[in-house]
Amino acid sequence: MMNVNMEVSLAGVTLKNPVMTASGTFGSGVEYSEFVDLNKLGAVVTKGVANVAWQGNPTPRIAETYGGMMNAVGLQNPGIDVFCERDIPFLKQYDTRIIVNVCGHTEAEYVEVVERLAAENDVAMLEINVSCPNVKEGGIAFGQKPEALEAITKAVKRVARQPVIMKLSPNVTDITEMAKAAEAGGADCLSLINTLTGMKIDVDRRCFALANKTGGLSGPAIKPIAVRMVYQVAQAVSLPIIGMGGIMTAEDALEFILAGATAVSIGTANFVNPNTTINVLEGIEAYMLNYGVRDINELIGAVHE
Amino acid sequence: MGKTRVKAKVSFHEQIASDIYSMRLQVGAMASEAVPGQFVAVYCKDGSRLLPRPISICEINEAKGELRLVYRVVGDGTEEFSKLHAGALVTVMGPLGNGYDLLDKKAILIAGGIGIPPMLELAKQLAVPKTIVLGYRDELFLNEDFEKYGEVVIASEDGKHGTKGNVLDAIAESQVTGEAIYSCGPLPMLRAVKQYGMEHDMVTQISMEEKMACGIGACLSCVCESTEVDAHSHVHNKRVCKDGPVFYAQEVTL
Ligand SMILES: Cc1cc2nc3c(=O)[nH]c(=O)nc-3n(C[C@H](O)[C@H](O)[C@H](O)COP(=O)(O)OP(=O)(O)OC[C@H]3O[C@@H](n4cnc5c(N)ncnc54)[C@H](O)[C@@H]3O)c2cc1C
Ligand SMILES: Cc1cc2nc3c(=O)[nH]c(=O)nc-3n(C[C@H](O)[C@H](O)[C@H](O)COP(=O)(O)O)c2cc1C
Ligand code: FES
Repeated sequence: MMNVNMEVSLAGVTLKNPVMTASGTFGSGVEYSEFVDLNKLGAVVTKGVANVAWQGNPTPRIAETYGGMMNAVGLQNPGIDVFCERDIPFLKQYDTRIIVNVCGHTEAEYVEVVERLAAENDVAMLEINVSCPNVKEGGIAFGQKPEALEAITKAVKRVARQPVIMKLSPNVTDITEMAKAAEAGGADCLSLINTLTGMKIDVDRRCFALANKTGGLSGPAIKPIAVRMVYQVAQAVSLPIIGMGGIMTAEDALEFILAGATAVSIGTANFVNPNTTINVLEGIEAYMLNYGVRDINELIGAVHE
Repeated sequence: MGKTRVKAKVSFHEQIASDIYSMRLQVGAMASEAVPGQFVAVYCKDGSRLLPRPISICEINEAKGELRLVYRVVGDGTEEFSKLHAGALVTVMGPLGNGYDLLDKKAILIAGGIGIPPMLELAKQLAVPKTIVLGYRDELFLNEDFEKYGEVVIASEDGKHGTKGNVLDAIAESQVTGEAIYSCGPLPMLRAVKQYGMEHDMVTQISMEEKMACGIGACLSCVCESTEVDAHSHVHNKRVCKDGPVFYAQEVTL
């Protein structure tokens, strides 16, 4: 049987395969390790972590919608100290890359976390979440104005020891402007998309379905938008891209790769089936065997004008 | 072995009251792992509904590898389940959550509405003298199943069955006593039960409900406010799906 190469490189970091988890849907892998052999994943992207513990939003924090879900978890996390003491030692037992997702309200908070992570040799990359729609200040504010995004990227890059992924928000008029701003700020890689801001109203109780009123829409409902944005960004900048948004199957993942993503993240689909990451991985391999594709890298961005 | 996700065969399915169904699922080894108070996540076939529905384990039959679920049709997901015939396959993940601590104390089981089902397996396994207090709006269900495990006291809002009023009215009227409370039901009832337990100095365990996505403790969707700092995020939010659904009443702010 033909051997296929699944290895990809993101800003100089090699991943054994392009399948990773999407931040916030997989914790730090502890819970899902009961179902998934983490050794098989290209990388585990952790839940956003801040300089101190965050309480997050009131409940209800989620609402199901047609073919998707909305969440307003509000980045509840234990803070960087607990994270470094507990979650990194857990993850480093596995043969997978550790990518730490970082959140903050202010530039100083992001910088503090990134500085703290500089000493963590087991962390392969940092993903900077400037696109969370569910926190009142910071978060998305950095991700919706090109100047602000460029500035925060620069600030993070100044202190980061690991390659920096900037995670882009789809809640903007022109995603390519944002991608270019991150590139100008010195980003090493981009990930997209974060969730789309939405709202659901409970008609029986005549109230908002989420305590936060609005939430981030994810899941298959957003996939076509995500694929379009990955494609546009791939045309606009030369940085590697991690694509995500509604990936449920290998075919979904391949859409992102063909549109220009070097790697893909699985988020909401973990809730639908905890084994989705592995199914996607095996499905991509089967596709390559079926079409005689020897190297996954041949597929990246293969569809264009 | 822990949690598994399996395609289970529906071995028996019947309607037991208006909108209330009883379904037995062949889940294999999952049944041996389950304890009273735990739940399973039941997945819909319709792809527009992504998230599994948390449903409590009503009865465990380890020998047959079978779980019984009793649920109320309240929306599209449970409506879909109600259409499953014997022989159909349904995907379930479990057992999830912690379950009740079975204490060696004279017990009062207090349940209201769709909080009644998980009490059945508990009543079966709890080998102490106990009174089972069941609260209904109007129509009874499952009450006969409880009779072989202890004294059953009933309250109904319309007064057609047992005490007119709620579970606490029934406890007062029937002069029920005990040292430990096990409870599941709507939030206002849990609040009242917590208060009652404190006033009577009884060890009180309650089972909580919240909207869930992952069901295993990873996504932090399903938290409830805890009095102590939680072990996961070091704030005051315990995960209903993982740290619960059963909590000692003093652990949570209701
Ligand atoms: C730990 C636990 C145990 C439960 N045990 C039982 C049981 O034994 N029997 C029973 O009838 N019901 C039980 N419930 C409630 C049951 O989960 C909901 O009635 C069910 O999810 C409704 O799904 P639906 O698609 O019919 O309704 P919809 O309202 O259409 O559901 C939309 C979304 O909201 C969620 N949701 C709606 N109501 C609830 C609720 N009360 N709690 C949590 N999520 C909800 C659904 O899971 C779904 O994601 C339990 C809930 C929890 C948290
Ligand atoms: C419950 C939940 C929590 C999330 N938390 C985070 C987070 O902490 N940081 C982040 O950058 N993105 C977070 N996201 C966004 C996802 O990482 C991902 O970008 C988005 O959900 C789209 O992918 P999907 O459709 O595969 O879920 C979260 C998404 C969900 C559903
Ligand atoms: S549902 Fe994900 S943590 Fe409870």
